[in-house]
Amino acid sequence: MYPLGASTFVPGVENAFVFILGIAFFFLIGITAVIIYFLFKYNKKRHPKPAHIEGNNTLEVIWTVIPLLLVMGMFYYGYVAWIPMKRIPDEGIHITANARMWSFSFTYEDGRVTDKLYVPKDTAIILNLNARDVLHSLYIPAFRVKEDMVPGLTDNRMWFQANNTGTFTIFCAEYCGLQHALMYTDLVVMEPEEFWEWYADTTALAPVIPEDANLALLGRQVVESKGCIACHSLDGTVVIGPSFLGKFGDPVRVITAGEEREILYDEEYVRRSIYDPDYDITVGFRPGQMLSYEGEVSEEEVSLIIEFLRSLNE
Amino acid sequence: MTDNTRQKQPSFLEYQGRYKGILGWILSTDHKRIGLLYLYTMLFFFSVAAILGILMKTQLLAPGETIMGPQTYNSFFTLHGIIMIFIIVVPGLPAVFGNFFLPIMIGAKDVAFPRLNLLSWWVYIIGILIVLTSQFTGGGPPDTGWTFYAPYSFQTPTNVLPAVFGAFVMGFSSILTGINFVVTIHRLRAPGMSWLKMPLFPWTLYGTAWIQILATPVIGITLLLIVAERMLGIGFFDPALGGDPILYQHLFWIYSHPAVYIMILPAMGVISEIIPVFSKKSIFGYRAIVLSTMAIAFVGYFVWGHHMFTSGMSGRALFTFSFLTFLVAIPSAIKVFNWVATMHKGSLHLHTPFFWAVSFLFVFMVGGLTGLVLGALATNVHLHDTHFVVAHFHFIVFGGTGFAFMGAIHYWFPKMFGRMYDAKWANLGWGIFFIGFLSLYLPMFYLGMMGMPRRYYDYLPEFHGPNILSSLGAWVMISGILIIFANLIRSARSGPRTSEKNPWGGKTLEWQVDTPPTLENYDEIPRVDETPYDYRDYTGIDNPNN
Repeated sequence: MYPLGASTFVPGVENAFVFILGIAFFFLIGITAVIIYFLFKYNKKRHPKPAHIEGNNTLEVIWTVIPLLLVMGMFYYGYVAWIPMKRIPDEGIHITANARMWSFSFTYEDGRVTDKLYVPKDTAIILNLNARDVLHSLYIPAFRVKEDMVPGLTDNRMWFQANNTGTFTIFCAEYCGLQHALMYTDLVVMEPEEFWEWYADTTALAPVIPEDANLALLGRQVVESKGCIACHSLDGTVVIGPSFLGKFGDPVRVITAGEEREILYDEEYVRRSIYDPDYDITVGFRPGQMLSYEGEVSEEEVSLIIEFLRSLNE
Repeated sequence: MTDNTRQKQPSFLEYQGRYKGILGWILSTDHKRIGLLYLYTMLFFFSVAAILGILMKTQLLAPGETIMGPQTYNSFFTLHGIIMIFIIVVPGLPAVFGNFFLPIMIGAKDVAFPRLNLLSWWVYIIGILIVLTSQFTGGGPPDTGWTFYAPYSFQTPTNVLPAVFGAFVMGFSSILTGINFVVTIHRLRAPGMSWLKMPLFPWTLYGTAWIQILATPVIGITLLLIVAERMLGIGFFDPALGGDPILYQHLFWIYSHPAVYIMILPAMGVISEIIPVFSKKSIFGYRAIVLSTMAIAFVGYFVWGHHMFTSGMSGRALFTFSFLTFLVAIPSAIKVFNWVATMHKGSLHLHTPFFWAVSFLFVFMVGGLTGLVLGALATNVHLHDTHFVVAHFHFIVFGGTGFAFMGAIHYWFPKMFGRMYDAKWANLGWGIFFIGFLSLYLPMFYLGMMGMPRRYYDYLPEFHGPNILSSLGAWVMISGILIIFANLIRSARSGPRTSEKNPWGGKTLEWQVDTPPTLENYDEIPRVDETPYDYRDYTGIDNPNN
């Protein structure tokens, strides 16, 4: 009925589901059947003279006590399956999960930043949850885990341990504005050896770009993975910020410190717009919509983005 | 049976007071006219919000952008929520049927404070107008959802303030109605009508009124804090200003969870009226139903935290809130058992109001039982903020309150308008509505189990199948609504007239007064010595006019 379980929490959560839904279906079907039976049996045609019954205290006690016991059982199952989620181990891989409108990124202990979450199987993963702007919520359906990411809340953590390799979806579950529906990414679970190989490969930190690489294409990958396109369209439509299409090298009218001026859409302007977005605001747009990407987009990546923007003019 | 020796009062529909025409309505202090004013206002806004709903479901027919973009979708679900919650279901049954029938059912000529009652309606209208200005001014329609969660509600450039302020103003209407009803029930019951001889609908109105009085100020204060924060930059909730967004959620749900009981208690009251009348049998366990009503009203204050199981609260708080949430399930279960037991050995008359009441039992059970899944901690973590929650609360709020509202209007319609509706069209509308309702909302449970979060204008292809069924269900349901509304509106204007006092053979006082009721309901205040649901004199032969 729901996504294949892939974390150590799944069996407990499954038990709670089966227990609660089992009782729920039993009562739903049972009571509905009784109602339908009454509708036929006591229809006025078959049963013109009603009985006079005002109540029955024994029955009231029975149908108070039995449901009470059952819901206490439900509470118990829900509670015991939830305890392990809150018992966060010390040993494990610590990763900081960052959320901003409308993308996730993950910072590893060695400083690398990825847009997908890569983890090894059978290892405790402890996520420090960090939201840059508004509430988000990190939700992995296949793992049955979810925790809100609250701006300003430190020491907000969640953990899990994958017991299956594969690729799973991470959703943002807390409404966070315009492109909330597009705020999702992949969780890649690897065999431990494979993961540590990936982790030891420091070229991922500062990728060596081959001479003949298509820089514009790499730039496009950066723009897509950082979530820029949620606000800056590639086809000229205005979403939240100005479109990327066909502007590079042209003059652009901006408001800087309250003064309107005309500057050139050049490399310096692009770099400043990424690291200090409110410094120059394009006329017709609002300040405060974008937070700095300092520390999230590297200088090399900015250069790639510039190559990509340049290519859009061609 | 209507030939009185004394001068007969005019019916409330014909009565000509100081004002003519529409002024005779919008300045009337007659509780019955005020009830109808609320009814017409709600029917209008319900249609608006239902259209928003159908457009959203059409957008979700396929992944990607089908008929609207994200900004439109987000403002649609916000306005849909604001209208449905603040304008329709919170005032809902008490404002319409409570106003109309509470005084009659307890043997009074009006509510305790008729002018305050009219003021409540005006405050409500002013609140609505303020909410509506948010749609057409400033930075555009708000896109925060009806919950206005911080800090997004402080960062969005859209026009959040008027919507928040309008909801604040409507809160006063709710508080004033609550005070009015509490005083009316305490002071104006007919001689002989002790508390335990009062019908169950007034009982649920009584529980509801206390929640309105005690819980609504909390949301008022919270909404004011938002206004202060947005206008004056005082940091209560926005972490950028040193505030705490989780504090906002606490304050919001301290009101908004009891508000769910404001919505559902009067619905339970309506069902407790309809089932005995059409079973020709005394309600089973009157005292148990009264006790469970008051238990829900009380325990309902202490379970707000179950809206925040994944928000980062401490584990001990979660444990406590989960436990209390399961306790509040018990009184609802008791009511269902008592309603079903009322049908046992009755003589069931299958008329339109009874169809609504029986289908209410089914959708209310689905809503309640899925609530158990959400009340348990481990399962909640998976389902929180998914479509499962959307399905659950539509089953309770639309399935519960909505079905009871439809049942109520088909039950009391002849008394209110002195005309009868076409039963065939009414039953057809019910059938189509019921099928549409189930196919609209049942697939959402499945989507939530699969992990589709809520408030998504677009979704991954794996969620497509159930969404198609759900969107089609929405179109079926809206067809049912059209049939029901067309039938009711046509019948209210030109249906066959009836002055039959008691078409269903009910025992409560509203069925002993004229149809439609006279200006002051009673020439003489009746004396009540009987319990309200005694059918021992029922011979098995129905009124031939029925």
